[in-house]
Amino acid sequence: MASDTTLAGLDALDLGDGAPGGGARDRVARIAHVVWPKVAAVALAWVIWEIIHLTGWKHYVLPGPGVTLSNLWGQARTGLLWHAIGDTMERAVLGYALALVIGTVVGLLVARVPLLRTAVGSLITGLQTMPSAAWIPFAIILFGLNTSAILFIIVMAAAPAVANALIAGVDYTPPLLLKAGKVMGLRGLSLTGYLILPAALPTFVAGLKQAWAFTWHALLTAELLVLVAGQPSIGVLFQADQDQTDMASTIAVMIVILVLGVLVDAAFGVANKAIRKRWGLT
Amino acid sequence: MSTTAVTETAAVTLAGVSKVYGRGGTAVRALDQVTLATAPGEFTCLIGASGCGKSTLLSLAAGLDRPTSGDITVNGRVALMFQEPGLFPWLTAAGNVALALRARKVPRSERKARTRELLDAVQLGGFGAKRPHELSGGMRQRVALARALAQDADVLLMDEPFGALDAMTRDLLHDELDRVRERVGKRLTVLFVTHNVREAVRLGDRVVLLSSRPGRVIAEYPVPLARPRRIDSAPVAELASVITDRLREEVSRHGQ
Repeated sequence: MASDTTLAGLDALDLGDGAPGGGARDRVARIAHVVWPKVAAVALAWVIWEIIHLTGWKHYVLPGPGVTLSNLWGQARTGLLWHAIGDTMERAVLGYALALVIGTVVGLLVARVPLLRTAVGSLITGLQTMPSAAWIPFAIILFGLNTSAILFIIVMAAAPAVANALIAGVDYTPPLLLKAGKVMGLRGLSLTGYLILPAALPTFVAGLKQAWAFTWHALLTAELLVLVAGQPSIGVLFQADQDQTDMASTIAVMIVILVLGVLVDAAFGVANKAIRKRWGLT
Repeated sequence: MSTTAVTETAAVTLAGVSKVYGRGGTAVRALDQVTLATAPGEFTCLIGASGCGKSTLLSLAAGLDRPTSGDITVNGRVALMFQEPGLFPWLTAAGNVALALRARKVPRSERKARTRELLDAVQLGGFGAKRPHELSGGMRQRVALARALAQDADVLLMDEPFGALDAMTRDLLHDELDRVRERVGKRLTVLFVTHNVREAVRLGDRVVLLSSRPGRVIAEYPVPLARPRRIDSAPVAELASVITDRLREEVSRHGQ
């Protein structure tokens, strides 16, 4: 018996028949399966909030969920809230993009150049533990009360997280893959581009999610303290609500922040899942 | 290490090669005065128990590490295969092969056709679009073989490449390796490390037995058996038992 036909037969057996494809019905069931726990969690939070409200605890300042949501609805119908979300998101995306570029370059250099790692490796983690608020006087003196100051504060918070994520990703590259790449003749830039960076990607993307959280923390801190004239950001809304002791509006804006956070988290979840699927880690 | 002298008759030459890891009291001598020459196109199997420095020897021949003393000469390009396929999980089977082509600067226009040929050569023509995790262990190892061939190697270094496979797949890959060597159209020199004595006799033109701690060449056995061979044939078993006896003698030396 020819061994090449045996080999083809073995391949067919090894790979099996493959999973049967799911129909539209399965799809609906799968979505429902994911959605209902989230809806239940929101409903539970609503009930607890309502109960607290009904007990009358701090009832002069703490509104119930009904009042708050109608306040949110009211704000959503005016342009101001959307304008503020737009301004804040623009800063977040811009600051994050800057942090991404700077953090990636620094991370790659530190990961690949031993001398740099010895010199500044632990400094990066040190920077990451510095609270954003600590950068505010420095940023205002350096840049003044403007968007540059805010972007600077974001970069100082998020870039170390980006750099650390990349360093971890590079460090966890299996030595066998590096060996394979070197024997293949990959060196220098092509080694970095075709091997080191793709190998670091899963850890890197997980770290980028964390960097986004740092961005968001830094941004909101900065917006509360660096009020830029003529730009109605979320921070400005907060400031106005605080000045007018408007708790319903305050909570409404907090809900907006929460929703934005959940949406961004979902986007990162999709990216993470796509990579894991590609690598066969699901 | 010279890779240019084509006039020499040997493909791989090790002359008094020693390798010591670490320094002082904790130093470990992995290889001790190993002298070995393989002719172009020769299939040499290196066999030995744990600690015989087999993998060290291949790393040195691949240029991944330098010997502490002695000389290594390799005529031509080397490729290295490991026990694990070491495929890049973010690329497809075809992408893995194509990257090896790109690394030696094969023009983009030729890469696709060449990749296809190489995957066909290991009978995986229809699986180019699969990712490594979607393939069986034997198939992954064949992709790794195609990737090694893509490096246009003259010398193929194999570090227990079939050690992690089931017996049936392994036997089939032995046949496959024979066939691929005929098909590549040049004399492919192979240095094959294993601790499966029968596998060594099944595949090799010559079996070299190494001692353990430190690794030293203690015996050489030519394999004068006609191909195609079968791992379960009587002549293979007969020679394997001779080598196994000698190997056991060497191993029991360490128990005394």
